[in-house]
Amino acid sequence: MAALRSSTRLLASRSLFRTTVPVRSFASVNPIESVKEATSASRPPVNESKTSTVQEPSASPDARIKTFHVYRWNPDEPTSKPRMESYTLDLNKTGPMMLDALIRIKNEVDPTLTFRRSCREGICGSCAMNIDGVNTLACLCRIPTDTKQESRIYPLPHTYVVKDLVPDLTLFYKQYKSIKPYLQRSTPAPDGREYRMSREDRKKLDGLYECILCACCSTSCPSYWWNSEEYLGPAILLQSYRWIADARDEQTEQRKDALNNSMSLYRCHTILNCTRTCPKGLNPGLAIAEIKKSLSFS
Amino acid sequence: MLAQTITQQSLRRMAIQRPLAMPMAKFASPAAIATNSQLMQTRPVATRNIKPEEGYKILVEQRKNRPVAPHLTIYKPQMTSIGSGLTRITGAVLSGGFYIFGAAYLAAPLVGWHLESASLAAAFGSLPVIAKVLIKSVAAFPFTYHCINGVRHLIWDMGKSFTNRQIQIGGWAAFGLSGISAVYLALAW
Repeated sequence: MAALRSSTRLLASRSLFRTTVPVRSFASVNPIESVKEATSASRPPVNESKTSTVQEPSASPDARIKTFHVYRWNPDEPTSKPRMESYTLDLNKTGPMMLDALIRIKNEVDPTLTFRRSCREGICGSCAMNIDGVNTLACLCRIPTDTKQESRIYPLPHTYVVKDLVPDLTLFYKQYKSIKPYLQRSTPAPDGREYRMSREDRKKLDGLYECILCACCSTSCPSYWWNSEEYLGPAILLQSYRWIADARDEQTEQRKDALNNSMSLYRCHTILNCTRTCPKGLNPGLAIAEIKKSLSFS
Repeated sequence: MLAQTITQQSLRRMAIQRPLAMPMAKFASPAAIATNSQLMQTRPVATRNIKPEEGYKILVEQRKNRPVAPHLTIYKPQMTSIGSGLTRITGAVLSGGFYIFGAAYLAAPLVGWHLESASLAAAFGSLPVIAKVLIKSVAAFPFTYHCINGVRHLIWDMGKSFTNRQIQIGGWAAFGLSGISAVYLALAW
């Protein structure tokens, strides 16, 4: 390659039409041309009367304007009361889900609006909030296309609000930790490699392991609202049952004993708001009933 | 080549052992940017390092201010929660009514009230028919609803009928059946 380049240079230098001024190719400035440009007369622009006018974009006549009322509270002004802020969006320019609307408000209208979101597909459970009176994930909740109906968005009910739609889930996570959500075994695996379970035992975990701990069910439960200090709530009890039902776990009796008191489990009055609201279609009510059953028959 | 390597190595060694001895080598490029006032970034928010204990104190102070998110007032009234609440209210009405009437019956001879069956029946008999049916239905509904929803709770305790569809159908059926049976009780006796 290098040999080729040097031979082309040799040929170029022998060109007859070559000027005395060293000419550089491509992007570099030709000194003669630039002198010509600098001394040329100015070129007046075409008069505005002969050109078209670009208007400011006006609201489209078939815009579908929907109003969203969003709960706002700013920790930097601790004395101010929480308030409902109203935003209007054109649904034609907004994605189909509530999270799209919130993101659009944050991007284009009010950058101070605060909410949690991550995966936008119902896997992470970050965007759990109360939308139109029901707890759900904003990313899985379609915006009702009826524009006359105004949407109301609140943080998860009866949680402490960190800011706007961000709830403090410290207690929820502490309660999750308290049920020891991990496999407890003291005996080694029979084959010395892995803990195996039968197909039937594995089937028992379906509908339990899918829980993403978004806290929608727990914060929909009136019993959890009034007793969250001691009652574990549907989400944590579902997780507790996930480990009680696990055939590989050897601490089943201890797990059950820990729940066998008047508060941890039995504050559940089978209201079933939890089953009604679960955005993943799981059944915390059934899991709690199964724990109660196993406690009464053991 | 060898000379270059030696210089590099000695410079590195110097930088490690006596970092203050070669400030320009260390800050050359940031200094060049920082001295140009037009390029310099301004940061309106300052950060500072605090100890974990200090941070915890701030967190505790913040937690004192946090409002509780609205709950009962904003949560959508649903068949599940209304039905459950009604079970408790009807239970309270039944037992409360029983205790109040029992206590009043006990206190009646002392206070001079007439709560005997005969006088109550006579008083009730003097009311118009519509009032009779209304009072009896309203009195019967707590009993029928509490009974029927009690049966639903027994079914739930067996771990059955937990799908959303079954919950909805069962809930509305309990409302309907208890209303019908309350009217039946009011008309039959």
